Amino acid sequence: MRYRVTHSTTYDYSSNVSLCHNVARLLVRNTRQQRCLSSALHIEPQPSSVNEWTDLFGNRQVNFSIEKPHNRLVVRATSEVELETGAALDMLFPVSWESAAEMMKTEKDTDTLEARLYLLRTDFTEAGPAVVEYAQSSFPAGRSLIEGVEDLMHRINRDFTYDPGFSTIATPLQDVIAHRRGVCQDFAHLAIACLRSMGLAARYVSGYIETLPPEGKEKLVGVDASHAWFSIYVPQRGWMDFDPTNARIPLDQHITTAWGRDYADVAPLKGVVYGGGKHRLGVAVNVERL
Amino acid sequence: MKQKSTEITPDSARSLCTDYIPPGCHDEMCDPAGEVRPHWLYLMEALEQMGPVELRKRRDETWRQMRENDVTYNFYGERGGTTRPWKLDLIPHLLESDTWAGLESGLMQRAELLNLLLQDLYGPRKLVSQGVLPPELLHSHPGYLIPCINPGMAISSQLVFYAADLVRDRNGETCVLSDRTQAPSGSGYALENRIVISRVLPSLFRDSHTHRLASYFRTVRHTLDSHAPSSDEKEATIVLLSPGPANESYFEHAYLANYLGYTLVEGSDLVVREERVWLKTLEGLRPVHVILRRMDDSYCDPVELREDSYLGVPGLMNAVRAGNVAVANPLGSGILESPALLRYLPELARLLLGQELMLPSVETWWCGDPLERQHVLANLENLVIKPVHQSMGFRSRFGDELSTADREELKARIQANPLHYIAQERLPMSSLPVFDGDSLKPRHAVLRAFLVAEEHGYMVMPGGLTRVGSSNDQLIVTSQAGGISKDTWVLATEPEKQVSLLGERQHAVYVPERHGAVPGRVADNMFWTGRYAERAEFVSRLLRLALQFLETGEGAGTQAFDRLLVSVTKQTMTWPGFLNLPTGDPEAARNELYRVICDRSSSGSLMQTLSSFLRTARSVRDRLSSDTWRIINDIDDESNALYNIKPGNIIDALDEFDNLITALTAFSGLTLENITRGRSWRFLDMGRRIERALQISRLLESMLSTSHGIDDESLLRDSVLTIVDSLMTYRRRYREDAEIPLMLDLVICDENNPRSLAYQMTRIEEHVAGLPDKRDTGSRSEIERLALETATLVRLADINRLSTTTKQTGSRELLHEFLGVLAGRLPALSNAITAAYFQAAEMPHQLVRLRSGEDS
Repeated sequence: MRYRVTHSTTYDYSSNVSLCHNVARLLVRNTRQQRCLSSALHIEPQPSSVNEWTDLFGNRQVNFSIEKPHNRLVVRATSEVELETGAALDMLFPVSWESAAEMMKTEKDTDTLEARLYLLRTDFTEAGPAVVEYAQSSFPAGRSLIEGVEDLMHRINRDFTYDPGFSTIATPLQDVIAHRRGVCQDFAHLAIACLRSMGLAARYVSGYIETLPPEGKEKLVGVDASHAWFSIYVPQRGWMDFDPTNARIPLDQHITTAWGRDYADVAPLKGVVYGGGKHRLGVAVNVERL
Repeated sequence: MKQKSTEITPDSARSLCTDYIPPGCHDEMCDPAGEVRPHWLYLMEALEQMGPVELRKRRDETWRQMRENDVTYNFYGERGGTTRPWKLDLIPHLLESDTWAGLESGLMQRAELLNLLLQDLYGPRKLVSQGVLPPELLHSHPGYLIPCINPGMAISSQLVFYAADLVRDRNGETCVLSDRTQAPSGSGYALENRIVISRVLPSLFRDSHTHRLASYFRTVRHTLDSHAPSSDEKEATIVLLSPGPANESYFEHAYLANYLGYTLVEGSDLVVREERVWLKTLEGLRPVHVILRRMDDSYCDPVELREDSYLGVPGLMNAVRAGNVAVANPLGSGILESPALLRYLPELARLLLGQELMLPSVETWWCGDPLERQHVLANLENLVIKPVHQSMGFRSRFGDELSTADREELKARIQANPLHYIAQERLPMSSLPVFDGDSLKPRHAVLRAFLVAEEHGYMVMPGGLTRVGSSNDQLIVTSQAGGISKDTWVLATEPEKQVSLLGERQHAVYVPERHGAVPGRVADNMFWTGRYAERAEFVSRLLRLALQFLETGEGAGTQAFDRLLVSVTKQTMTWPGFLNLPTGDPEAARNELYRVICDRSSSGSLMQTLSSFLRTARSVRDRLSSDTWRIINDIDDESNALYNIKPGNIIDALDEFDNLITALTAFSGLTLENITRGRSWRFLDMGRRIERALQISRLLESMLSTSHGIDDESLLRDSVLTIVDSLMTYRRRYREDAEIPLMLDLVICDENNPRSLAYQMTRIEEHVAGLPDKRDTGSRSEIERLALETATLVRLADINRLSTTTKQTGSRELLHEFLGVLAGRLPALSNAITAAYFQAAEMPHQLVRLRSGEDS
């Protein structure tokens, strides 16, 4: 399956910005199921420097600076990717979640060692008692890891209302869980916090989903901007994605940009500006099948 | 203890050492039998010969020098942080050369090991992928900076500075208590300790064949030079980056910047453009090649590191990655300070160096490891529990000092967050003699050793910073906990050839502008240092006169005195003050004068002006000579003395005012004579001149703009002349003629009177002509225009016309008008200078406040 993704971000400033330094994580990476055919940034005004490098997580980080006065910044990422639909994961991994958690401590292979980074709490995935309690009902003793995670994904989807008006990025997880509302980012963070509280390694995935599905297929939630879901590390198997917002395992409609411990590691565009006054932000995402 | 010398009397010997009983640990001076160790004999003999009285004298001299050089250490937490004098004990810590040689090789090996560890942790990370180091040990530590990890690139950023805190156990074996790799502090204090002690104990120091410290600092300079990325510039520009005057060791930042000849900068003085770091100087941007970093790395770049930091330089990481600037220590080096690493070091030494670790660490358990955690929880009462990083809001605790409940609470805390805690064995630290004013007392000691990278490996400073506890049972010895420091003498077997940077330092101390690099922030603070100093001096003279009138009763009840009081309010702008008070009430006058002088919270009060002066002066301390610092400390003392005066006793302030005015005059004299006429001096003097002109014109306005209600103006005339310090000149010239025009001529027009308006304007014009060109902004011409207009106005002043009073009202309308123009133009000039030179464009801020995102 081939897709073309365009993601435009526009900042309109009320007064001139004299200098800005930015970091973009908008270029699409390669994954086991995804090949990036092309991915490019178009930035206005012309940056004085653009550097791409690969961060610890393997994401493509672009640093750019604009050094002439401007009152509008446009960053447009255009990518073409190919998804290999046939590469469905082995869903019948029979190991219990307890053994999986134990294996996280004992296995010494490189993949597991690298995955241990995703066991640690972060600011966005701080697990209060409510989170721990919420997690536990998906993981009764002896249940298989995959079943537990799937159950958790479905429960979040069922128990929580998708409500773009409710949360901002500043909304702490406690509020999300108390009000049972949020957006894809919150659901991903919640799932990650739950899994980490059970001693399992989970990471945050940022990307896109298809905007207009072909006839007969349902339109997914979260198409207007970048999307977020989570991934769980299955010892001896590897990483497996789950989308709690849509209660489905991403297969051929999810395009991955970057992953990390939480949102902070993969924010699509951030930076420091000198001047600028107030700003208005516009984001447009389009994902089409080729 | 046994005495070797026969010259000393047993009495004095006993008086120094009778109380000296080491608390059951290794003692540096005495062996277990109580005999003085051979390498201490010479020093002890000499001390005994001096006796307690002489030692007290020398100790006081030590304190005086520390105080006068304003050697300070800032303490956090107390009333929002306070500055305290650095404490230095008279008795040096002695290390013999054999012991030192062993330590040296151990330290060099350890520095090399940590350097290799750093290269791996921020590069290939083999130690993680091969399972040598647990990933969570690294990732749970705030010092492991993910944006600094660059797996794809061969990192060449070397660990440049390394310091180790060393203690000796019961058997006298040295071990490392902690490693300092972030931005190790203390080398400047060690140097200052040495300078003071070698002055206070000159012959002892000379005859002890002590290794000099200068070679260390020469290596620092050489190494940092060699880190400069290749460029067209002949000489690398190196800056010392400090978080600013609020930092605990700001004294040292300024001190080292001067000693090494680097420009002291704060984050806002730097900007990143074209992937390079630039210093914002008065003349424009100047490229920076090496940053000596005294700021924690996580604060260094809000783009990629801590986003809430306003101390750093946005874009710095990118400039580092582009290879255009070197930062020492490299960003990310703080992870090496994690005490959780200590227990892995022997294994890492074998892996990375193929050697056994020579210098052991204090035995340490990391609670992140299940087995070690069990050990810690089971043996809490024998251990010291510490956080892996100071940001974790946890102070070290001794297990045996906790109540059962506290111990359970601590256990729960560890179990909830095991990765964040380590435990160390309680080491009986060695003791050292401290002179307490009468005799020597043993105190626990920690030695901080300093290393700097050189071409092949590392060099150890031959000496270091010894700190001892302030009481016998104090086991945590830190400067924050109020410890006392000591000079550290490494005794050479052979007398050493003397090398010193002091020759170079003589230049460096007063001329940090050797590159002409003056950041706008520095010029700003110099300007205001000048303005506040002048304001304090002028206002002090006015207040002293008012108090004199009150005290002697001279002039009391006269209209002239009432007008003087009103001008106190107008001059200091401490409204409404005397404008609202009934005249002829000495009690009310005293109270109001007390408020104007002593009330710190009252805007415009002398106390506030003085503290503004001290604050701005401290923030440019690297630009002022040590003699000037002595005076500034006097001003500080006088300011405190004034502040401590009781409300009813404001008349006592008269004595203090004499001292204060003398100190302020000395400051003005020293800044005139002792600062090289560089750019920063120009701003200081310009500030002073503008302020003086403004004060004079305000005073003339409030005292003389009308003669209404004044029968005899001679008292007014003399008051003005006293305040502007021109009474003697006037009397010499004009005898007793009570002529207002003559007085105005002296105060306004006389270019030979350094206290006249005309004189100030001439100086201001000279300074303006010497300002760096800013024609691109057009601001220079605005400054020039204002200076010229004002100077011309003053020069063309027609004194006879200005002195004329209108018959009906008695007012001097032309004088009033003339002063009104000045009162408008002088602040405008000050503002124009501010706009052109001081304002750092805009404050940088985050484009996206993390958590205000656009995502679905």
